[in-house]
Formats: sequence, structure tokens, C-alpha cells
Amino acid sequence: MSNEQRATSNETGSTRREVGKHIVTSVLMPPKGRPQSAVLTGVARISEAFARAKSAGHAAFIPYITVGHPDRETVAAVVPALIEAGADIVELGVPFSDPLADGVVIQRSTQAALANGVTLDYCLDEVRSLRRVGVTAPIVFLGYMNPIAQKGEEAFAALCAEAGVDGVIVADLPPEEAGDLRAACARHGVALIAMLAPTSTEKRIAQVAALATGFVYCVGLTGVTGARDALATDLRGYLDRVRARVSVPIAVGFGISRPEHVASVGAMADGVIVGSALVKRLDELPLAERASGAADFVRWLMGE
Amino acid sequence: MVQTRAETADAYLDTLPPPAEFPDARGRYGRFGGQYAPETLMPALDELETAYHEARNDPAFLRKMGDLRRHYVGRPTPTYHAQALSERLGGAQIWLKREDLAHTGAHKINNALGQGLLAKRMGKPRVIAETGAGQHGVAAATVCAMLGLECIVYMGEVDIARQSLNVFRMKLLGATVVPVSSGSRTLKDALNEAIRDWVTNVRTTYYIIGTVAGMHPYPMIVRDFQAIIGQEARAQLLAQAGRLPDVVLACVGGGSNAMGMFHAFVPDVSVRLIGVEAAGRGIETGAHAASIVAGRVGVLHGSRTYVIQDADGQIMETHSISAGLDYPGVGPELAWLADADHAQYVGITDAEALEALQVLSQAEGIIPALESAHAIAHAIKIAPTLPKEAIIAVCLSGRGDKDMGTVADALGVTLT
Ligand SMILES: Cc1ncc(COP(=O)(O)O)c(C=O)c1O
Repeated sequence: MSNEQRATSNETGSTRREVGKHIVTSVLMPPKGRPQSAVLTGVARISEAFARAKSAGHAAFIPYITVGHPDRETVAAVVPALIEAGADIVELGVPFSDPLADGVVIQRSTQAALANGVTLDYCLDEVRSLRRVGVTAPIVFLGYMNPIAQKGEEAFAALCAEAGVDGVIVADLPPEEAGDLRAACARHGVALIAMLAPTSTEKRIAQVAALATGFVYCVGLTGVTGARDALATDLRGYLDRVRARVSVPIAVGFGISRPEHVASVGAMADGVIVGSALVKRLDELPLAERASGAADFVRWLMGE
Repeated sequence: MVQTRAETADAYLDTLPPPAEFPDARGRYGRFGGQYAPETLMPALDELETAYHEARNDPAFLRKMGDLRRHYVGRPTPTYHAQALSERLGGAQIWLKREDLAHTGAHKINNALGQGLLAKRMGKPRVIAETGAGQHGVAAATVCAMLGLECIVYMGEVDIARQSLNVFRMKLLGATVVPVSSGSRTLKDALNEAIRDWVTNVRTTYYIIGTVAGMHPYPMIVRDFQAIIGQEARAQLLAQAGRLPDVVLACVGGGSNAMGMFHAFVPDVSVRLIGVEAAGRGIETGAHAASIVAGRVGVLHGSRTYVIQDADGQIMETHSISAGLDYPGVGPELAWLADADHAQYVGITDAEALEALQVLSQAEGIIPALESAHAIAHAIKIAPTLPKEAIIAVCLSGRGDKDMGTVADALGVTLT
């Protein structure tokens, strides 16, 4: 299915809440070479994925892998398998040399990716390839600000929309600094997914609620990424505080590594993100078993 | 001679500089600075800014700081006319601001003391710090020992190897030194690791960043605690030389001694401010740490500033013979001073710094830190081109004891 077909089929998507304002801005500055309807894709497709999971009676399952880790073949082989196994949205890590919000596992994976020659352009190419072979699930980039700043916010958002990246999460970009990227993403229908943390004040939660597109990424614990044995004990209270103000879906990540975690977080949030545990699993799998092994791991996490 | 308050070096000890035009309310210096931080830290950065503003308006805090600056750090530090060196060069008069004489042997103590007092005031029992040359780590460990705070210092493995004396000093002072094995295993990676620790332990922990880099409000706080260097130097030069200098020089790693030296002189339009970056093996070789001279604007460690990076925005490994300058970013206010044409920046190579270290040692009996030797090297370069009446004021940011192993190695001498 081509990008345009994806976009068209998406027109039937159930969630249109975010759509209106993007039509207005996109008319002012339509991205080159894309039908206007395609401008809606990112934000709308993410909403649709959450809605679909909800109507199926479960939280959206969102696995994370680092592009180019353990090797350059991984994305093409593993992403379709993750979706086949039940992933609703896929998060792709864009490597950065100084990932200051990441724990050891993801640090090592991004260093390996850089050693494998992975760049932001390569990540975009990998998404284009996935779209070309018919992958339709929403794909979200997770990265850091500097590679985006070097590309330029406007060019980056345009490239995401064109390549088929539906949303962007930037670990070192709080709402205070996100103005330019937010405007560029809005022009191109790409969701800029804001983050909240257990330390976020009511004021900050309200600020994020007013700006959120796609979903809100709730960092599940006070710390960096990495598998933990147990979840934070105050998770419910924190998510209740967020839920009281935020109207887009909320997904929880950081530390989630076991089926029990997925089940208990899935009961409290709209989406569950698993990163380090899967990245670590990929390291253990030989190349020939990487896709099937990753799929098995997702099924295990999802309690199947 | 009756001196006005502004001409007395010790008039500034109980004060912090008044709020400046920059940073603005968003922590920006023109297009530089800001708060590119993970969400987890944003409330802590707010809390820090509030606590700092309260402290700077609290006479008891300022009195305590002044008392310790006098009797613990040994301020004011002298400003010394290096006559023999000046004569030998046959041009401008070189004056040295002697931060090497401050307790622990470098300017880093000014900031560590201020922030240590802030940590204490905020009731944070646990202090973390990053260090490159080890001077900031030693300063933080020193202040924590004195104030009864737990101290954990992150240091890259490469730096641990080349600054073993300072590692030993930190341990002796009761600090825990955590080796950092990620990335290039130098100062930038130590910063990453300290930030990760802070993200994890933010509720109980105070992060004493060692330079004017990082996210707002750090560049402002560190500048304010270091501004005493330039305030004293300005007053001392007025009193001892009878006028303002023509040129002010400081080496630039993250930029704290430079910002501290420059701040009081920024309004003096007749004074040329020159920051000296590490050109390593030469800018053209790529093996350097000259962020403003040879970098591009980017985002590193929470701040928009000049960064040494590749075309894809990956931060590159830097090189300098001096661990304290071996950093791919620079404080945002120094980047702004470059933009605004208030300051110029030049590069000095490893070889030039090494030569300058020997020249100053032999001409004046002062062994400078390798970092400071970069500033001295530029003074040696330009002094002969200036008239005898001209004054060059150099921030001698630290003493060279910590570098004796590196210098001996470079000179082919084996120490036992
Ligand atoms: C003596 C000395 N000078 C200068 C520096 C560089 O730091 P900054 O640029 O923040 O003054 C260091 C850093 O360790 C140092 O030890």
C-alpha cells in the first residue's frame, strides 16, 4: 500500500478530534508533493490506533527498538514481525551520541547503531522502506534534539510526513523549547508527543494538556530508561493526576519489562511502551531468529 | 589615596553581581541557552532558580559566602604584574589574576562554594558533580567535606588516567569517584552520567555543575559565583596599574573562568575580551576542542550553543592536552558574547600551551595549569605586537601541579 493509499484509507478513521486545526494550518503551507488529505496522517493515524486497541478491549502495545541495532537489517526484519505479533504502534529510536535520558541498555544500542553508520537520513529511509512493503501501523521516532536541529525543524517535520513517520518524541525537548518543532509538526500533520514525569507539577501537566497531540508519553518512574524488577509504587496516583487534565491517550514507558507490568500498566493507561527489555532481547537473538524471537517476546509480554 | 567602593577588591566578597540583561526570563542569551532538559528535571530546575533568587537576596547567605571566600578560599586573590615576562616579550605589560592561589588551586572553588552553600540551604543531603581535569571534582569534594554533604563525582575513564593525582585528592576528601566508561570517556560523558544520576535521584540530590554550561539556570548561577574573579581584577588593576586593561584573556573549556573574568568588563567598551580555546593538534587536523572557533550551533547538555559535531548532529570526540578544556560545547553566554561581537575567540595548540607553561615557569616562577597555559600562550603571542603601555590581564585559572605527569610525558621525561 502506498503512502497515499494509507492516507486515504485513513480518512475513514474514527478519531477526528485533532484534525480540524491541522487542515487550517496545512492550507497555509501545504507540504510539497503530498495530497492535502495526507497531511492528516500522523496525528489521525495515532489516534486511530489507540481507538482500535480500546475497542478491542486492551491498551495499545508500543514496542521500541533502536534503528540499526544490533545491525542495519533489524528494522526491516523485526518491525513487520512486531506488528504481526500485535504491536499497535512502533517506536523507532534515532541514535544520538549523548543520550542523557537513557540507561545502559539503550545507550549501548545507540552507540552500536552509530558504529553501524546510522544517521537520521538512514532512519527516514528505513521508514520509507517499511511503508513500501505495506507496513501501515503508526511509526513514531524517539530521539534527541540536536540531530533534529541540524536538519532544521521545518525540514525534519516535512521529511517525517513524506517518509511516513507519524509522530515524534524528543527526550530533551520540554514544552518551553518546543515551539518551533511544534509549529513545524502541526504544518505537516506529524504528532509532537509530549512527555510527563512523576515529578511534573499540576501546572506543567496542564501546560502539556493544552498542547498535546497524538498521545502523552508518561515516564513511569523517576529515572532513565531501563528494565526494572518492580514498577513505581505511586504510579496510579500520578496517572490519575495526568488523566484528570489530559484528553489525548496516555501511554506509559520506562522500566516496563515483564508481562505482569504490561498487564497492570495496561489497566491504568491507554498505551504501554516497552523499550530496554526488547532491545536487550534483540541482542541475545541470532540474526536468523531475530524476527521470530522478537515476535515471541512481544506475545509473551502481551500475555499470550 | 581614598578609594571608592568600586575600586576596593574586597568590596565584592559579600555580594553577587546584580541581575544582568541576560539571561532573559526563558534562560536565553540571544539565540543561545535555554532548557533542553528531560521533563523529569524541569521542576527541579524551577526549584533551583527560585532557591537561587531567594539566596542572593538573603543577607545571611551572602555574609556566610563572603566569610568563607575570605577565610576558607583565601580571597581576594592577588593580581600580579608579571614584569620579567613582560620585559622579555618586549611589548605590553602582562598582569596575572592569580586564581591559582585560591584554595584547592583553581577558580573552580568559587563556584563549588557558592553552589555547596545553596545545596545546604535547599536541604539536599547528597551532592553530585562531574569533572574533567578533576579540579571541579576536587573543589566540590572540598566544599562537601567542609559542609558535611555526601559527594559523588563522575569522571571519564580517560581523564581518571591522566589526572590520577586529583582522583586521589577527591578520595582523600571523602568523595566517591565514579568512573564513566560510555562514549569518549571524557568530560562530556561525565556530564551525561551526572545528569542521568540527577534524573534518577532528583528529589534528594543537588547537582553542582562545574562550568557555565548546561541548562538554565546553571550558566547564570555559575557565572554569578565566578564573577568575583573579574570584579576583583578590575578593582585591583585600577588600584595597582591606575587604569583598565586593554585586553582581557582567559582560556575557555566550558567557560567558567572566562565568564567569571569577563563579566565585570563587558560594559567597558575599551577592553577587548579574548577567549582562548584549545586548538589541540591544530584546528585543521580535527583533533581539537575549539567549539566557538570551529563548531556549529547545536544543542548539548540542555543548552543551545556552539558544539563540535558532525553533519548528522552527532557530538564528536574532542582533543586537548588539557583535560579541563577537552569539551565539545561551551557556555551559552560566551557564544552570545561572540555573536554580539563583545568577545573574540582564538585557538592555541597543545604545543603552544606546553611551551607557554615552561616560559611562565621560568620567567616568573609560576607553574600554570595546562588550561591556563593556553591563555598565557596567547598573551605571549600578542604582547610583542602591542605598545609597552598596553595592559593585558590574563586569568591564571589554576596551578600546574595536577599536570606534572602529562607535561613530563610530553617532554619525554619519566617520573618515578
Ligand atoms: C585550571 C582550570 N582552568 C580552566 C578550566 C576550564 O574550565 P572553564 O572553562 O569552565 O573555566 C579548568 C577545568 O577543569 C581548570 O581546571
